[in-house]
Amino acid sequence: MENILFKHLDIADLEKLDVYVANGGYAALGKALKELAPAEVTGLVTRSGLRGRGGAGFSTGKKWSFIPKDVDTPKYLTCNADESEPGTFKDRELMVRNPHQLLEGIALCCYAIGAAKSFIYIRGEYAHQARVMEKAIEEAKEAGYLGRNIMGSDFSLKVVVHRGAGAYICGEETALLDSLEGKKGWPRFRPPFPAIAGLYAKPTVINNVETLCNVPHIISRGPEWFASIGTEKSTGTKVFSVSGHVNKPGNYELPMGVTARELLFEHAGGIWGGRRLKAFIPGGASVPMLTESDLDVRLDFESVMAAGSMLGSGGVIVMNEDACIVWATLNLSKFYNHESCGKCAPCREGTYFIVQILKALEDGHGLPGDVEKLRDVATNIDGRSFCALGDAAAQPVKSSIDRFHEEYEYHIAHRGCMVGRS
Amino acid sequence: MGVTQAQQPGKARLLSEATRENISRIALNYDSAQSVVMPALYAAQEQLGYLPDQAIVEVAEILQLPPSEVGAVASFYTMYFRRPVGQHIISVCETLSCALRGAEGIMEHVRRKLNIKAGETTADGKFSLNSVECLGACDMAPVAMIDGEYYGNLTEEKVDEILMGLGL
Repeated sequence: MENILFKHLDIADLEKLDVYVANGGYAALGKALKELAPAEVTGLVTRSGLRGRGGAGFSTGKKWSFIPKDVDTPKYLTCNADESEPGTFKDRELMVRNPHQLLEGIALCCYAIGAAKSFIYIRGEYAHQARVMEKAIEEAKEAGYLGRNIMGSDFSLKVVVHRGAGAYICGEETALLDSLEGKKGWPRFRPPFPAIAGLYAKPTVINNVETLCNVPHIISRGPEWFASIGTEKSTGTKVFSVSGHVNKPGNYELPMGVTARELLFEHAGGIWGGRRLKAFIPGGASVPMLTESDLDVRLDFESVMAAGSMLGSGGVIVMNEDACIVWATLNLSKFYNHESCGKCAPCREGTYFIVQILKALEDGHGLPGDVEKLRDVATNIDGRSFCALGDAAAQPVKSSIDRFHEEYEYHIAHRGCMVGRS
Repeated sequence: MGVTQAQQPGKARLLSEATRENISRIALNYDSAQSVVMPALYAAQEQLGYLPDQAIVEVAEILQLPPSEVGAVASFYTMYFRRPVGQHIISVCETLSCALRGAEGIMEHVRRKLNIKAGETTADGKFSLNSVECLGACDMAPVAMIDGEYYGNLTEEKVDEILMGLGL
């Protein structure tokens, strides 16, 4: 399989502007500015079938088309580079190894939606990546690929890097907008959707880094070419971040629809320590766990959903048979408890109670009925908060109880763990 | 976006001219003064090492915002420090991917070496230790962020080497 987003694996120094340009970089932008009307760019993206890579999988072209046309108001593109979903580290590599690919995608989107300004909201911990992006923006500006009258056209664009400061919730798109406006990152009620009233209450598109990195390739090589990769409804490639108990953790760009088995065993080097696979979380910490019996599930939006989970961010966390499921669920639940922004009571309070019950189980103080209590609390968070963080917090709990009920009961009956961890 | 630099008479200012100029320059990137709060707090923290109340008040003054709004932002995000921190800040990731690769042992080792708990600073003010959530570098688990740089595939020996390099 040809590397598309991950061409930096084949071409040295692709992060440098001259190398990027020598390998066809900014040709898509030049083509769009010269030959295509903004609506035609959106049309090509829609026809390619590209869907958001941040987790929700919404049609990118459709999202762009919701931006009102012919209205005299500023519009914005915000690139979501907050990448804080546990187990996800693809945008980090995409930005550092090929920053101009992202900038070209940003420029194409801004041209399509009529935005003259774009923010890259990057998580605070990615200080190095922020510096790389800022340097690339300066270089692109000097070479005429950003700034005023790009490549001799009347399209102008300013791109600004905005650093977050350590809050998972800001990856949620409306919390991200509040954060970018200089407030606490609290999710907003929808509607209105950001396409109508987003940043500064102006029409705003929010796209993930990987989503935007696909755009130059779609414009250069055509929507049919793009749609020929992957599955019918999940087109293109996906960058999977594989971590945990595998021999070769890392990012792997593969066609949508690759099986979990191929990803874990052919690319990520198989299960760590020569042990058996116990569970894997296919789409970042926020989606239900799957087990060994799901290894032949195809990793695309539809197939993973049919298997009872979600493709999410494509961050695959792998656990071998030595991992205790109660311990792992406690670990993730602590994360959600810490990162709940506190706006909605079910999430704020529920994540706390989940951690308390799981801690008791893990410490050997679990009582009969605790598992039912856990499921009850998780069920009462799910779907009852403003944003998806609450839903996310419920998934590890519910899915691990569904699939590993006996491990929970063992913790209560034997005041300890069946895999000998605690 | 324009910002004001009005000085209150008779009150010593904490933020240097350089920091104030930096904030004015950053403000040009934004379409609202409030959007400048986060980068301005970073600029203030870079100069002072942390954000005392006076820094919050001065940032609010520069951006012509109520200090309460600037303070709310400073306390919401974990990367702004409202209390003095050590000269070196060690943040060990303990989220699942790192935990599966031995993060608990790494944390325990650092704790023993520094003789402090997560969230504390050594008595000599040299080191602060934090337990943090996923740093987005699970391919090099277990990972720590030390003074803003990532260190991956940590072992106890590697931690010793790094700490020695920092003067422990």
